[in-house]
Amino acid sequence: MNRNTSRRLALASLAVAVILTGASACGGSSGSSAGSSGSAAGTYTVWDPYPQFDAGSDWAKLLNNCGTQAGVTIKRTAFDTSDLTNKTLLAAQQGNSPDVLIVDNPVVSTLAEAGVLTTTDDNKIDTSQVLPNLLGAGQSGGKTYGTPIGANTLALYYNKSILKAAGVDSAGIKDWASLNAALAKVKAAGKKGITFSAIGTEEGSFQFLPWFWGSGAQLTDLASNQAVSAVTLWQNWLKAGYAPNSVINNTQTTSWQEFATGQYAFAENGTWQLANAKKAGFDYGILPIPAMNGGTAAAPTGGEFVTVPVQSDKSRYATSAKLVSCLTSAENLLTTDTTLSYVAPTKAVQDKQVAANPDLAVWVQAVAAAKGRTGDNLGTKYPKISEQLWGAVQAALTGSQSPKDALNAAQAAATK
Amino acid sequence: MTDTTHMAEAPPARARRGAATAAPAPAASAGPAPGGKPRSQQWTAWGFLAPVVIYLGVFYAYPLYRNIDLSLRDYTVRTFVQGGAPFTGVQNYSDVVQDPTFWPALLHTVIFTGVSLFFQYSIGLALAVFFVRHFPLSSVLRALFLVPWLLPLIVSASTWSWMLSSDSGVVNAALHTVGIGAVNWLTSPSWSLVSVIVANIWIGVPFNLVVLYSGLQTIPASLYEAAALDGANAWQRFWRITFPLLRPVSAITLLLGLVYTLKVFDIIWIMTKGGPGDSSTTLATWSYRLGFGNLLPQFGPGSAVGNLLVLIALVFGLLYVRVQRRQNAS
Repeated sequence: MNRNTSRRLALASLAVAVILTGASACGGSSGSSAGSSGSAAGTYTVWDPYPQFDAGSDWAKLLNNCGTQAGVTIKRTAFDTSDLTNKTLLAAQQGNSPDVLIVDNPVVSTLAEAGVLTTTDDNKIDTSQVLPNLLGAGQSGGKTYGTPIGANTLALYYNKSILKAAGVDSAGIKDWASLNAALAKVKAAGKKGITFSAIGTEEGSFQFLPWFWGSGAQLTDLASNQAVSAVTLWQNWLKAGYAPNSVINNTQTTSWQEFATGQYAFAENGTWQLANAKKAGFDYGILPIPAMNGGTAAAPTGGEFVTVPVQSDKSRYATSAKLVSCLTSAENLLTTDTTLSYVAPTKAVQDKQVAANPDLAVWVQAVAAAKGRTGDNLGTKYPKISEQLWGAVQAALTGSQSPKDALNAAQAAATK
Repeated sequence: MTDTTHMAEAPPARARRGAATAAPAPAASAGPAPGGKPRSQQWTAWGFLAPVVIYLGVFYAYPLYRNIDLSLRDYTVRTFVQGGAPFTGVQNYSDVVQDPTFWPALLHTVIFTGVSLFFQYSIGLALAVFFVRHFPLSSVLRALFLVPWLLPLIVSASTWSWMLSSDSGVVNAALHTVGIGAVNWLTSPSWSLVSVIVANIWIGVPFNLVVLYSGLQTIPASLYEAAALDGANAWQRFWRITFPLLRPVSAITLLLGLVYTLKVFDIIWIMTKGGPGDSSTTLATWSYRLGFGNLLPQFGPGSAVGNLLVLIALVFGLLYVRVQRRQNAS
């Protein structure tokens, strides 16, 4: 009996100890997480979608310098860009939002709709220098929700030696007809024509939009004749063998890998591939994407916005605004956008970039013609339209529906 | 092993009986100490239960409750963050069922699961029977068959997607050398589901092989000897001895395989993103696409699809329990 009691006591105390350690572990972790993003004075959290930059990178150093200037410590967390939207929504739900959030531009309107972001009226961030077509992606309902850190967009990379061998003059590619003619010559010369990404995700819509907008179509009417002509252009490239069938499953990265084999004359890809293009081992050039009847097609703007999420403690905005203006000051923009291989969002810094690297001139031109996907007051309607658009493109490219039928179905579903 | 458990269980049982009868008598005279006995025992019991209860609550019950709650409300991004999403009952479920993606996705899920299970099981069983006879290098070969299981899914799925690429994949290159034209494995609506099923079978065979192989070890060799003496050939020995005696192991293998296969997401997502169009979309990838695959997450419908998947798995789980019970009864 006595032995039993002592054993029971021992076991009970063991169990209690286990529970206590468990509870204290829970308490400890929740305490520290609250401290990291909320009340701890002097520590400001920054979330960015640049996991490629580690703690020793220029970007991380810049963040720390800006923190030092504002008199606070920076706690930076880098997320994969596709994770960041949901992480931010969850954090906002728990009242744990970061102080400064750098987020992909089409997501800004979603987060603004969710009430996660402060407007520039609240946070007093100066956006007067930013080019209006770039700021558009961060505007919704007449309010501005952040400032771009840089912009990227799409253009056509071309392989100079292939074009030369096929007898194509890149300067003569001004519209869709001349592009088609060039592709026909390249094919006749035994090379592959063009590679792009038509995958069934936002990337596919991003890549299709220059052709869609270049035809004169509007996102509010997916079933217009112009839209049909844009889808037909891509469909004909596949049918004629100008573009490989793999584009249907290509991401922009795999599409780039195809171009990097040196077998393709053209590749539709972004500013961020410039560094890789230099490593590709062949001579390349860059063309703005032509519109159907000539001129430069509007390409969608890519790139991130620096935003200030809503905090329960409003006094934090002043310091957050200091951090944002430090990150987007002319001098820092130049270094940041050079590291990211982006085009700066202000005219003054763009001029400096082109002066330092004349290759960027064509990108500056493309960015000037670019427009935000969520602009035109589409805001959170855009994601729904985009999903239908990439679906229609895929249906047409695989031949399961004609471009006209696919786009009609897409329009019906997008307006439902 | 059994001894220690008996020892651990026995004393508390005796003590409880002792306490129940002995406690009331001294309680009248000697205050708190003896009166505390049953209570301390109760505390002990709760103490032991608490870790499990807390664990189940935090990691199973609450997420499940949240998922059901998500699927019964009309969540927008705004109400997700600010709260106050209106309760809409089964609206999300009826939306999901009426969505043009639903029936194709369900059909693909059934085909994907059914075909995968059939081939994973039959190939796994054939290999298990093959490896039961020991021959030189048999263990090396068996180890090789485990490779798909050991590779991280992202590696195997990316490798498959690279091999099956229309233009630069080795599969099409191989077909080309034997004079067969290129097949658009991942980019044709009629092949994409086949491609992901093939990859999934390859990944699932080792699991079936291992479980069925260990099941085969439990069948006594004397049965085979007796059957051989009675003149049964190899085919009869398999169908009359191996297969029936392996039935319990087969049942659990298939059930586990079913649960794993129903929720397969990574292979399909990495290889085709459920496309082109919806041609390789299953309920699992659709649920992900609704919740996370778009710039504007649709949490309600996404969790509704997820719950339907849980329900399907649950139905088969209950079916298994029932069959098991009937077998035990007979």
